[in-house]
Formats: sequence, C-alpha cells, structure tokens
Amino acid sequence: MSDRTAVIVGGNRTPFAKIGGPYAHASSRDLLIAAIDGLVARFGLAGETVGEVAAGAVLRHTRDFNLTREAVLGSALAPETPAVDLAQACATGFETVTYVANKIRAGQVDVGIAGGVDSASDAPMAANEGLRRALLRLNAARTLQDRLLALTALRPGHVVPEAPVVREPRTGLSMGEHQAVTTKAWRITREAQDELAAASHHNLAATWASGFFDDLVTAYLGLATDGLLRADTSTQKLAKLPPVFGDGPEATMTAGNSTALTDGAAVVLVAEEGYARRRNWPVLARIVDVEVAAVDFVSGAEGLLMAPAYAVPKLLDRQGLGLGDLTYVEIHEAFAATVLSILAAWSDDEFCRTRLGREGAYGTVDRDRLNVTGSSLATGHPFAATGARIAATLAKLLHRSGPGSRGLLSICAAGGQGVAAVLEGM
Amino acid sequence: MPDLFETFLTSPLGKALAPKVGLPQPVTLRRGRVLPSGGIALASLPGAGLAAEALRLLEIVPVPAVRDDPEARVPDAEGRPKPPRYEERIGALVIDASTLTRIDELEHLRAWLRPAVRGVQPSGRIVLVAPEPESADGVEKRAVFHAVDGLNRSLGKELRHGVTTNLVYVAPGVTAAALTSTLLFLLEGRSAFVDGQSWRVGPADVAATSARALAGLVVVVTGAARGIGARIAEVAARDGAHVVAVDVPQAGEGLAEVANTLRGSALQLDITAPDAAARIAAHVAQTLPGRRLHAIVHNAGITRDKLLANMDESRWAAVLEVNLAAQVRINDALLDAALPGGLADGGRIVGVSSTSGIAGNRGQTNYGASKAGVVGVVRYLAPRLADRGITVNAVAPGFIETDMTAAIPPVSREIFRRTNSLQQGGQPVDVAETIGYFLDPASAGVTGQVIRVCGQNLVGA
Repeated sequence: MSDRTAVIVGGNRTPFAKIGGPYAHASSRDLLIAAIDGLVARFGLAGETVGEVAAGAVLRHTRDFNLTREAVLGSALAPETPAVDLAQACATGFETVTYVANKIRAGQVDVGIAGGVDSASDAPMAANEGLRRALLRLNAARTLQDRLLALTALRPGHVVPEAPVVREPRTGLSMGEHQAVTTKAWRITREAQDELAAASHHNLAATWASGFFDDLVTAYLGLATDGLLRADTSTQKLAKLPPVFGDGPEATMTAGNSTALTDGAAVVLVAEEGYARRRNWPVLARIVDVEVAAVDFVSGAEGLLMAPAYAVPKLLDRQGLGLGDLTYVEIHEAFAATVLSILAAWSDDEFCRTRLGREGAYGTVDRDRLNVTGSSLATGHPFAATGARIAATLAKLLHRSGPGSRGLLSICAAGGQGVAAVLEGM
Repeated sequence: MPDLFETFLTSPLGKALAPKVGLPQPVTLRRGRVLPSGGIALASLPGAGLAAEALRLLEIVPVPAVRDDPEARVPDAEGRPKPPRYEERIGALVIDASTLTRIDELEHLRAWLRPAVRGVQPSGRIVLVAPEPESADGVEKRAVFHAVDGLNRSLGKELRHGVTTNLVYVAPGVTAAALTSTLLFLLEGRSAFVDGQSWRVGPADVAATSARALAGLVVVVTGAARGIGARIAEVAARDGAHVVAVDVPQAGEGLAEVANTLRGSALQLDITAPDAAARIAAHVAQTLPGRRLHAIVHNAGITRDKLLANMDESRWAAVLEVNLAAQVRINDALLDAALPGGLADGGRIVGVSSTSGIAGNRGQTNYGASKAGVVGVVRYLAPRLADRGITVNAVAPGFIETDMTAAIPPVSREIFRRTNSLQQGGQPVDVAETIGYFLDPASAGVTGQVIRVCGQNLVGA
C-alpha cells in the first residue's frame, strides 16, 4: 500500500442543460473548457501546470480525437499541462477520477483534474450507411465511367443522417428498453419511480437555494442553474406523463422518471493529501477504494444497468463496511427504476444468495441518506460528466459531516458495467 | 467606443459647426500610467519645498514656471500688454503653496496660473498644493486655505481640452514621500476624469510610490465580473496585486474569465450572505496560504430605481442591503485581527459612493441613501483604524459609461454625460484608477477621503 493519499479538493461543473437548450451551439470541447476554467478560477490556477487532466465524452466527433488535450489548450491552464482521454461510457466521469487518484497514489503526479463532458446537442450525425458506401466507392473509382456509376448508387434517402441513439450494439435495444425489462422483473411500481423523481427535484431545488453549489458550479452561456430542474414538480404532476419505455398496461417508465438527454461538463480537482495541505486547499474527502463490475446482459442473464448491485457489496466487503456505515449514498439515477431495482435486489434473499453468494439479503439504504442533494433525474445526465458531478458533491457533503464519515457512489454504464467507490470525509 | 455625438463632432460638418453654435467639444482624454508629454512646470511659494522634493523622488525634473508679473508683459501689435507665454506647451503646472499664510499671497497663484491656462497641452494638469484648513491657527490662514478650494473649482470650469485642476491639502508633518502617490496619480492619465476636486493627504511613514506598488499583495474586489468591478480588478492586477474577484454565482462565467485573465482567483458569493466575510477570508487563506488581505474594494452595487411614491419595501431593502449593510458587516468581520485571511494592518478599505448620494437623484432615494451611507462608513472608520494603518476611502463616480448608464433614456443620458467640465462621460477605468491610487501602500496618508470621479459634474459640488 502506498502512503500517499488521493483527496478531492474541489470541483466545478457547468449548469446542466436540456438538449437543444442554451448550450445547443456549444461543442463538447467548449463545455469542457468552461468546466476547467471555472475550476482554475476557483483555485487561482491560471497559468499553472497541473500533473494531468483526464476526461472523456461518450458522444464524440472524430474531430474530438484529442478532446481533453484540446480543451486544456483552450483553457487558462498552462499549455504544458498534459491530458488524456478516457472512456467507460457513463462511468467515464468517475473512471477519470480513479485514474488520477491512482497516479497520485503511485507518486506519478501530485495533482490532477478529472472529469467528463457530453453534449447531446453536439452529438455527431453519422453519414447514413448507404451514403457512406456510395461515397467510398466514388472515392475508389478511377475512371469517369466508374465515377458516374458510383454516383448512380446515390438515393434521396441517403442524405438523411443517422441521429445518435443510446442503443446497445449487441441487443439493438435502447437503454430505456433494457431497463424496462429489469423494472418489470423487479416489479418496480410507477408510484415508487415518480416518488423518487419528485424527491430528486425537490432535493436539488433545496440544495440550489441553500447556496451549496456556490463553489461547485459556474454559470455558462447565461445559464446559472440546472435547466432540467423542476422545483414545483410533484408525484401528482409526474403521474400524468405517458409511459415511454415498456409495453402495455405494465409500462411505468416516463420522461419524468427517466433522465433526459443533457449537455454539460464537470471536473474535480484531485491532489495528494500532503500537497493539498501545503497549498492550504480544502481537503474534502479521500478516495478510499473503487470497484468496477460487469454483467452478462447480452444473454439476458442480468439487467443491463444492474452491475452496481454487484460492485457495491464487493467493494464494501473489501473495506469491511456495510450499507449501514454510510453517511451518504449516491446511486446515479439513470432511471428512477434503476435505483429502485438495485435497492430491491439488495433486499432480496434469493438474489443475494444466488447472484451475490451471500447468506441472505444484503441490506437496505435509508432514503434520508440517498441522493440527498438530488441526482441525475433532476440535474440531468451529460453521460461522461455525471461521475465528476457526483464525486465533487459527495466529497463536499462528507467534508461537512466531518472526518471519518463515509460515502458511497455508484454509476451504471452502457455495456452492462457499473462503477462504485467509497469516499471518506476529511 | 465613441458615442453618436462624438461621431458627429469628428465629422467634417460637426467640426465646422460645433464651435460656431457652442456645442461641447470633448477631447479623448489621456489615460493610464502615462505622464504628459510636455514638461512638468513647478512653482513654489517662498519656503515651500514639499512638491519639489516629491518630484525629485518621482525622478521628474521640472521646468521653470512662467509668471504673469506686470513688468514681464510685452505690448502686442496694438499696444496692449500681453502676459508672457510658455515657449513650448507644458504638460502640467504644479504650484506648491504649502507655506501659504496670507490672502495677498494668492496673487502668486494667479500670476503662475494665467500663462498656464493657455500654455498647458490637452489632457494637461494643474495641481495645487496647500495647507489643510483644519491646521490653520488664525482666521486669515483658515480663510486663505479655503480660498484655494474656490479658486480650484472655478478654474476647473474654465479649463478646456481635457485639462484638469485639483487641490491637494497637506496636513502638517506630511513628508515628500507621503505625497508622491497623490502627485503621480494627478499628473498621470490615471486621474483623467478627476477634476475640480480637493482632498487631504496626512502624514505617513512610507517610501515613494512605484508602478508595481501592489506586488505581492492580495486585493478583493466585489462585483468584479464586469463593468467597473472588472476594471478595478485589472488595474489592481496591473499594479501587481493578486486579485480575488468576487461576484454572485449568476455572474460566474464572466467572473472566472476576469480571474483567469488576471491570474487571480474567483469567489462566487452573494455578499449579503451572513457568512460572506468568513468565506472571503477563508478563500484568501486557502488561495494564498499564510497571507492576509491588503484591501477590500466594495464595488458590488445594484439599483432598483422608483420614485418614492412608488417605492415598496423590497426595492428599498435590496439596495440598502447590497450597497451598504453587506459591506458594514464584511468590514466588521474582516477587521478581526485573529481571522486568518482577514484584513492586514496597513490595509485598505475602499467604498464606492456616487454623486447620487452626494447631490441626490430623482428616482433614487434608496440608492442615494445607500451611497451617502458609504460616506458615513468612511468618515466613521477612518479615524478609528488609523492606529492600525488601515485607510478607509471612497470614490464617488459621476456619469460613467456603463451598462447601468446606457439604460438611461437618451435625452437625459446626453444631458448627464455633457454637464461636466470635461464634457463627456467617464470610463469605468477612471473609477478603477482612483481606487488603485487608494490601494497603493504609499497612499497611507490618504484616509477618510471621498474623491469624486465625475469630470467636475455641475451638480453636487
């Protein structure tokens, strides 16, 4: 074990905005620059070289092949600051934190910035497959005749680009369709989902009103709070929305209890504890341990978004902790039903025996400790930004609770993966 | 950016027409840390050596001043006696009248000033140095010390082409070094929009001023995301300060840009929050470990204009809370000598008042009250913090070209803009430069002062 401790010092994000909203014309790079620059301003790092900046994006153009480095060059950081792009779908925003924390523990850097960005508005539109083939053939044609022949292959329908969808390549199902199967299997009710969604909005609204985000968010393009937040929503209002995923009378997942496509970026400042203390930075929380799990969703053996149900017990066991030892629990709300399915699984004797290899039910999470400042349903979910958003928020909450308080975060990701981490307040 | 009126004036038609119909003809003022290109003429009453020594410390070699004595006049072609003229236009005339005692000695001032009125170059300077009235030990002394103020104010209204005149009252015991920051500020373009004003310099044990006066010092500026606040931050950073830029979270994007551009840091904060001062101090302690604050500039302010007949309690309270109550609380907390990141001894508190608070302004009873209140803060705190070497001063801007004044209806705006001796609105940087002068460690002798940055506005003295 290294005697070097990686700690979260602070964070910054843009307010999150609905697709096509205030950030409609901002690129992923613009958003990432905004998040970095806000952090740089908060800590007076302009012109400084930090050890490394790690970030990523789920939806990305080919032109963004070096997204993070390009963002660093556009930011107020010294141009000598190295950068890396990482990707683990929706877990990207925390996997980058893990990467920087591990480099700090290994003594390779003293300080780094980790985060992620996604812009559903800046998503690449792929050339439709027919057009792509026709153009490739045209390009390869050597004679005029061949070229003309290639052109005749073009059809009016080819000019329609393929819009991005969050679809699993191996099943052809969207994330919502996958979750609908899991939701049904765990018999998660519409009411329970709407209740969780309403709580997310109410918690986030109260957190904004308290000034908690004064040092976690920097306004961008005229947006100063999260654009998806509906402070006045209620279970009654949410109950009126029509289902969008699942079939028939048992369909329970609506636009209100599912995350919307979102634009935004988030970063956290991670440092070696001694380094942070020498600079008199606030030492909010240490990154204790991280576990990534993956499930076989392709065969249907497990739900696509259920990996955190496996990652968390393994992680907590390794740390000698139980759910009851946690002051705060952050379970990313991809869908309200995702959170509820995971919680249901942990309360289920059979699941815990057969899938987790335990003697019985794993345990329950007190709702007063769950997503207390609101989560992705209210805040929005720019895929790769969510991990950094949660990490900064949880670190600040734990710092307020005092040294030794422990928090858990978990994020499900495409491909049947999920990351879980334990942070400890300092 | 020139306004419509200035665009007209610089057109061929405007150039031909303006002098004939008596339209104001504003000039582009000299700004920044720039001395006049012409010589600095120095005239001293017998026995007065303060200004000469201050100029020497500033490494400025003065040129002789021309005097209009009757025997020096020469008849012109028609036999009328003409006062002597400067061979070359001067950049400034400094008159050291610090040994003034009698009314008849004012004749010296007239004699030196008469050739200078036409002999000083555009954006030139008249600087008068006289004893402060409170130091007078006889009625004639007190009378003559005050008389210089009336001379200064009247002269300001006669000078054209961006030439300003200001009066420095020196207290007994003021050293030349303690005068350097004031003298250099007045001579340089930094004081472009300060005209017809008088203020006091007291004794202080300081070294002469320098261009990087704030090197290594931490300066907090509230309302720093844009406008005047952003310029204050820029000026402080130019002079060497590490700037902590403070503004509300809604202004965060501009704030981050200001902070990053100036290599400072940003603090998103509503100054009316109960823990505002604690968070400012914590940010200073965090960003610059072990350091205390050199200065806080209370620039953040809002307007909620309504005639009193239509004024409700929320408009009233919002303005008084942001513009006045918040800074009273913040000062109080930052003055705790035990607070890490609090205000250092030898530090600076600067408020932003307004000519609306001094002269009053229709529709601004709430704003006028808050801005006059800032003067009260200065008057109360300055003598009480003197033993800690902390100075407390304010600027009172007149018509400054900002988003706030751009919202005034065009006709009223044009009237406000032109009714001052410089016949134009001031720039945000003019307010910032005056604040920068207060922040200078060499300005330790300047406390309890409210300096108007108004181009000698016709209203409000």
